Amino acid sequence: MASHIRLQVARYRPEQDSEITFDEHEVPCPKDWVVLDGLNHIKDRIDGTLSYRWSCRMGICGSCGMSVNGEPKLTCATFLADYAPGPLRVEPLRNFPVIRDLIVDVGDFMRKLARVKPWIVRQAEKPLAEGEYLQTPEELEEYKQYSMCINCMLCYAACPIYGLDPKFIGPAAIALAQRYNLDNRDEGAAARMAVLSEHEGIWGCTFVGECTKVCPKHVDPAGAIQRYKLTAAVESMKSFFMPRGA
Amino acid sequence: MIKRHPEPLLWMLFSAGGVISGMLMPILVLLFGIAFPLAWLTPPSHEQMLAVLGNPLTRLALLALCVLSLFHWAHRFRHTLYDGLQIKHLNEVIALVSYGIAVVGSVAAAYLMWQVP
Amino acid sequence: MARSHVYTDYHPRWLRRNLSTYWWLEKRAYLAFILREGSCMFVAWFVAYLLLLVRAVTIGPGSYAQFLEWSAAPWVLAVNIVAFVFIVYHAVTFFVAAPQAMVVHIRRKRVPSYLVLAGHYVAWAIASVFVSWLLLGA
Repeated sequence: MASHIRLQVARYRPEQDSEITFDEHEVPCPKDWVVLDGLNHIKDRIDGTLSYRWSCRMGICGSCGMSVNGEPKLTCATFLADYAPGPLRVEPLRNFPVIRDLIVDVGDFMRKLARVKPWIVRQAEKPLAEGEYLQTPEELEEYKQYSMCINCMLCYAACPIYGLDPKFIGPAAIALAQRYNLDNRDEGAAARMAVLSEHEGIWGCTFVGECTKVCPKHVDPAGAIQRYKLTAAVESMKSFFMPRGA
Repeated sequence: MIKRHPEPLLWMLFSAGGVISGMLMPILVLLFGIAFPLAWLTPPSHEQMLAVLGNPLTRLALLALCVLSLFHWAHRFRHTLYDGLQIKHLNEVIALVSYGIAVVGSVAAAYLMWQVP
Repeated sequence: MARSHVYTDYHPRWLRRNLSTYWWLEKRAYLAFILREGSCMFVAWFVAYLLLLVRAVTIGPGSYAQFLEWSAAPWVLAVNIVAFVFIVYHAVTFFVAAPQAMVVHIRRKRVPSYLVLAGHYVAWAIASVFVSWLLLGA
């Protein structure tokens, strides 16, 4: 059992660099240390200029996604001991522009998320006096899986289509749209369809399936997208054959 | 409130083609592509082939298999060139050529099925 | 002595990394995906092969015999063996993907994924047996 691991961390300083370089550090790896602990060790004791995002350190905030040996992972959920003695390469999340070191810009995703209206849309709100919206366990099961998304964007990093065409709306946005489409309290499916049925909406997806494989919360965005393709295709046929009736 | 473009229809053809080719092609390749040429099994006689193909249901099924498989190929081919080889600037040309070949092939298949005595 | 200050946001120069043309060679899963997509070429090949067969049967017994002989030529056989592997790969990957893409409800209860998958394999088996019986038995 190795007591130390070699970490190769990507560095990018926009004011002086034009590409990524790597710093190598030897970091202790007790068996309960994760990659995030290694990065914190570097920042606290070796090089305070290393920049990266993290928050909850327990896999629920979605901040600490990075590319670990080429795979998109939550650094708070990836154990160093599994890779000892290394070298272990930590890079910024793929398919996003790098702001500095291990920090990427996620503005593109945030804008796409807003476009799919990730909230309950209703024609009229029920007055408080009528009580809460009731939902059976079966109705909850319909969308619960998609509600587990923590917006960590590992799926975008794994998706080659997003890498090739940044206009693609992407796995998490579609999965979150489905979370609301399949929620029986929601009445906004038609409003979301306009966004999702664009060329760079669901139709950009070719079911590579990597998004589902890397998701730390088992959301299965690939499944959500394929299911919605069928919904949208049926809707499209209906609107073609019955333009007024649909 | 749905955007109008042919993707949904092409995707449905692709899916149908995937299912029918997945169901029927393996056994057909095994028989007509490997087992009969290698004489592992005796191929059907010409009379038997005419009897099988003579049945309009067989020809309908075969036509569906050919047409849907061609559109399945066209859709996948076009997307793979676009995504795999990143030939984005030729997007329209590739789409035209792929679906064009599928249409020509479908017409040829329909003609051949019609010609069976 | 107030002077109006014009602040411009400091915007650091982001690094944009492009995907290489050979992105599909970087991960085993990506390669498997491209091979799956590539299997469609053999689907198209076999459509052509089937149409040649139908044409040969239509022309007459001599033509049919010639077709069978041609199908035994080494290069044709080799192509069809490779085609068989790819077409089976296509069928399996398509059926395995079906439960993810299709959520079936019977009377408001969700049909479990393994049943959807099993249904596809059973249909595949039945179709194969039927085609074999048509060509070998009847």
